[in-house]
Amino acid sequence: MFIEVDGVEKVFDVRRKTGFLKRERRQVRAVDSISFTVARGEMVGYIGPNGAGKSTTIKMLTGILTPSGGRLRVAGIDPSRERTRLAHRIGVVFGQRTTLWWDLPLIDSYRLMHRMYRIPDDRYRENLDRCVELLELGGLLEVPVRQLSLGQRMRGDIAAALLHDPEVLYLDEPTIGLDVISKAKVREFLRELNGERGTTVLLTTHDLQDIEQLCSRVMVIDHGRMVYDGALAGLHEAGGSERILVVDLERELPPIEVGSAARVVKVEGPRQWLAFPAGESAAGLVARVAAEYPLVDLSVREPDIEAVIARMYAEKATA
Amino acid sequence: MGSGRLYAAVAAGGFRRYATYRAATAAGVFTNTVFGIILVYTYLALWDERPHLGGYDQTQAVTYAWLGQALYSTLAIQGGGAEKDLMARIRTGEIAVDLYRPADLQLWWLASDLGRAVFQMLGRGVIPFTFGALFFSMALPQDITTWVAFLVAVALAMIVSFGIRYLAALMMFWLMDDRGVTQTMMILGIFCSGMTLPLNAFPDPFGDIVQSLPWAAQLQMPANVLMGEVSPWHAYAFQAGWAVVLLAAGRLLQSAATRRVVVQGG
Repeated sequence: MFIEVDGVEKVFDVRRKTGFLKRERRQVRAVDSISFTVARGEMVGYIGPNGAGKSTTIKMLTGILTPSGGRLRVAGIDPSRERTRLAHRIGVVFGQRTTLWWDLPLIDSYRLMHRMYRIPDDRYRENLDRCVELLELGGLLEVPVRQLSLGQRMRGDIAAALLHDPEVLYLDEPTIGLDVISKAKVREFLRELNGERGTTVLLTTHDLQDIEQLCSRVMVIDHGRMVYDGALAGLHEAGGSERILVVDLERELPPIEVGSAARVVKVEGPRQWLAFPAGESAAGLVARVAAEYPLVDLSVREPDIEAVIARMYAEKATA
Repeated sequence: MGSGRLYAAVAAGGFRRYATYRAATAAGVFTNTVFGIILVYTYLALWDERPHLGGYDQTQAVTYAWLGQALYSTLAIQGGGAEKDLMARIRTGEIAVDLYRPADLQLWWLASDLGRAVFQMLGRGVIPFTFGALFFSMALPQDITTWVAFLVAVALAMIVSFGIRYLAALMMFWLMDDRGVTQTMMILGIFCSGMTLPLNAFPDPFGDIVQSLPWAAQLQMPANVLMGEVSPWHAYAFQAGWAVVLLAAGRLLQSAATRRVVVQGG
């Protein structure tokens, strides 16, 4: 396994002033005994609400935070012990931070990466050309970073993380604040990177479309604990998600009754909304409604993954 | 020498960052020139009353005043060098980015600050100093050896200056706000470097004390080397001693900070 996380925890000591000279020490478990493995070439989504422990996990995987307990290996290396050695093999993009030199043209930051990671000249040239082409950075290389738009800067940051051919790329919110087109560009690039180069990708995001479009596997973390690890499709079952059948009837009628097959969640004039389990076929339900009610039109809405996850978070919070 | 090239590139970047802001440089040159004139006339009035104060004659006092203006931003005597960026990065959590890089944090910031210092010397140092030399009578050496010795002292002063400010910046790992540290460093910097008066003008034992502090390595030592008041080797020993102590302390504090302290922000 390329990334091995076994019972890892991170506890922060938080001191709070409770009175004159009096302080209370409190321990916060940002990550509470998490275990998972990621194989080489996998593309995994890592999601959870704010403060769930996602960034803390990423920081431990880069070696800038030392775990309080458990065992952690990336490419066989203990990150916090051999941070510098590991640094040559990983790429990191923190969406809300930048590695680029604010006042200087983009190309200057890349030249610095060239030296910092001791990239052989021909590899540097090749990787830079490739990133410039795929991330459309051609006209931006001579522009000072402070003048770039957020989307341009993000693409610039992603390129900076890839010049040294990292085996794994950690992306922490790479599409945050980007418009639809910029998001699409970033996703397309990541798909190609993973497909062609086999780069392992661990993607943290709040944008579930990132996950839906890129990752076959998703891990959900909440309050420092792993609440789901598996295929994206399975998330619907795990979250007990429902599809919605929207029917337009000829006239206003009392709520449709189809037994346990579905339940009406909303009525608005002649239009009614019926919820049924996401795992079941809509055909039987549609046939039954069509046979018993004066049906004009209908549509099926796919389950909203955001709603599923929101419910998952909420359940954990009350549990 | 792979890492040598890296830090050379970082220094070059530090230089260019400051070179980008031409209007700021022009404003700085103007400010240092005006302050130079004010300070020179103040010193002239003072040395008129107290000739040979601190062992300087009037031309030496004038030279010292202009040198102070020339080195003011070069050595970031009042603060405002690379440590300002570092403080901001620690406060916002941007420091996380610096920490996962395969580079040494202290050397990185030292290189960046030296690049800045060299730019400030050429950009904001040379012009006010030349202005002073043209319009006032100054005690400047005639031989090239003394000038070279002076430049070496300035280079060492840059390292000491960074050493002090790096320690101050690392305090941000434990503090939430930089104002206290920044203000303290500013007052200590201006006074103990001898920006208000040359340190040798203060009566002993106070004069002895301030002249043995690391700030004395910044302005006083290069000035004494330039005017032949002290042997360069004596000055270098003093400066290098403090540089080693400060950089070692910075290294200790850095390892404590990165091991124990939370990187702020998600």
